[in-house]
Amino acid sequence: MTAAAQRVRGGNVAWMALPAFLMFLAFGVVPLLGVLALSFTTWNGIGEIVPSGTTSWRATLSDPGLPHALWVTFLIMALSWAVQTPMSILIGVFIAGRKRYREFLAVLFFIPLLLSSAAIAITYKSLLDPSFGLGSGLGIDALNQDWLGNATLAMATLIFIVSWQFIPFHSLIYQGAVRQIPTSMYEAAQIDGAGRWKQFWSITLPQLKYTIITSSTLMVVGSLTFFDLIYVLTAGGPGDATRALALLMYQQGFQANLMGPASAIAVILVLVGLVLSLVLRRLGGRADESQLEGA
Amino acid sequence: MARLLRFNWLGGTFAWVWLLVVMIPLYWIVITSFKTQANYFVTNPLAPPTDLTFENYKTVIDNDFVRYFLNSVVVTVGAVIPATVISFMAAYAIVRGAGSRLLKAVNGLFLLGLAIPLQAVIIPVYLIIIRLKMYDTLGAIILPSIAFAIPLSVLVLSNFIRDVPKELFESMRMDGASEWGTLWRLAFPLTRPALVTVVIYNGLGIWNGFLLPLVLTQSPDQRTIPLALASFQGQFGVNIPAIAASVVLTTVPIVLLYAIGRRQLLSGLTAGFGK
Repeated sequence: MTAAAQRVRGGNVAWMALPAFLMFLAFGVVPLLGVLALSFTTWNGIGEIVPSGTTSWRATLSDPGLPHALWVTFLIMALSWAVQTPMSILIGVFIAGRKRYREFLAVLFFIPLLLSSAAIAITYKSLLDPSFGLGSGLGIDALNQDWLGNATLAMATLIFIVSWQFIPFHSLIYQGAVRQIPTSMYEAAQIDGAGRWKQFWSITLPQLKYTIITSSTLMVVGSLTFFDLIYVLTAGGPGDATRALALLMYQQGFQANLMGPASAIAVILVLVGLVLSLVLRRLGGRADESQLEGA
Repeated sequence: MARLLRFNWLGGTFAWVWLLVVMIPLYWIVITSFKTQANYFVTNPLAPPTDLTFENYKTVIDNDFVRYFLNSVVVTVGAVIPATVISFMAAYAIVRGAGSRLLKAVNGLFLLGLAIPLQAVIIPVYLIIIRLKMYDTLGAIILPSIAFAIPLSVLVLSNFIRDVPKELFESMRMDGASEWGTLWRLAFPLTRPALVTVVIYNGLGIWNGFLLPLVLTQSPDQRTIPLALASFQGQFGVNIPAIAASVVLTTVPIVLLYAIGRRQLLSGLTAGFGK
């Protein structure tokens, strides 16, 4: 078939992509451009939208709440990555073993992913309540802390809950990847007398490189969008201890009715996400090159 | 692989400990939901209820639970079915019209769309919904939910349709079938597992969605389940067993679906992300 005929045939089916295209244009692309436009306006969410140049940007960039929210976002991102990655790899490698009880483990592990963040936040809020929760009920003092009332503890609790929610998902990704590592590599290593620990470091981990990058990208970019959990669990508190970027945007826009500055924060959110995705992709590429050089 | 090696103690210990960590809150929320409020305060919180009661569930149901549940069903079904159908059509077009520059551009746009977080565009979406005079309706939640389900759905479905041998399409076309007919009679049955995956994955995300209902609705009549949970929490205050019952009641349907469609969901997740 000639290229021209191919193109004509492509033209015959192109209309089928139209509904999805229009839908995504209206609620994905237009809003993305719209948020940039709105960041140069003043709007209270109900009244008229008034162009106001860089007023909103200047207000946003001079607000000490912004660097704080960026710091909180970074902290959540870095800590939840550092906790989740090693644990997900360990658990993923373990449940990759082809034994029935490990399959069963995987089934149970998956349950937290089914729950809404709202349900998880409410469960933990009740569970950790200093007066009515698990700690006071069991009478164990170490458990009976004001988990969400102290700035440091609230951050630690948030990281724990995020891990509770997402380690199963990442373990599952690692489980799939470990199963794709050729058995022959391990057989060869065994003949060479490599022990389990050595095999893990010299075969499993290098073979998981791309999976680590994928999983880390999902974790890092995903952590930018934690909203439901923080909103229900702490509403950014105590004080502003857990007020991450997405929450700051919501509070500015829909609680303080400052849609202009909120849009500016949203633009920053998009930029941070893009930069992180690109950096992580570059990291993956460089790792790939060095491996080629090594070979 | 496991056969070749000694038992992995480190991974094993972590896996079992983490299983406990995962299960304790779930166990706690279920047993607590069957305790009376008086009993809850005096018994060991991890002990099963000695005075099994369904009163908490009745409390939740009496507080308009059925309405919130139906709202969530309307939103989820109303978004997932159109999202899957139009994504499937788009995926078919992208695979079949692979030579077309136009379709290549559309596909590129969807791939870029994977990187747009809903949070970042919620303000303009809110503006659009107001201008459409849809604020505080279930439709307001449905439209953006459809749009944000499209990018990943198209990606997963087009990967599956690409695996269908070209000859099958050509012979269908030779027999005089239109592209529309080929889509439904050939591609649809062959990609059914992928379609189930996409339906479950999107359904889960939309059922649990919080931000869209929070921003785009306001009256209690239009509440979906996650939002209702948050308001129950304020309403029930220290009645922890009632809060527990509301969490369990909203989770049971999804766990049931999970039991039925687990394999598709897992294979879909790895197909979508495991590369």
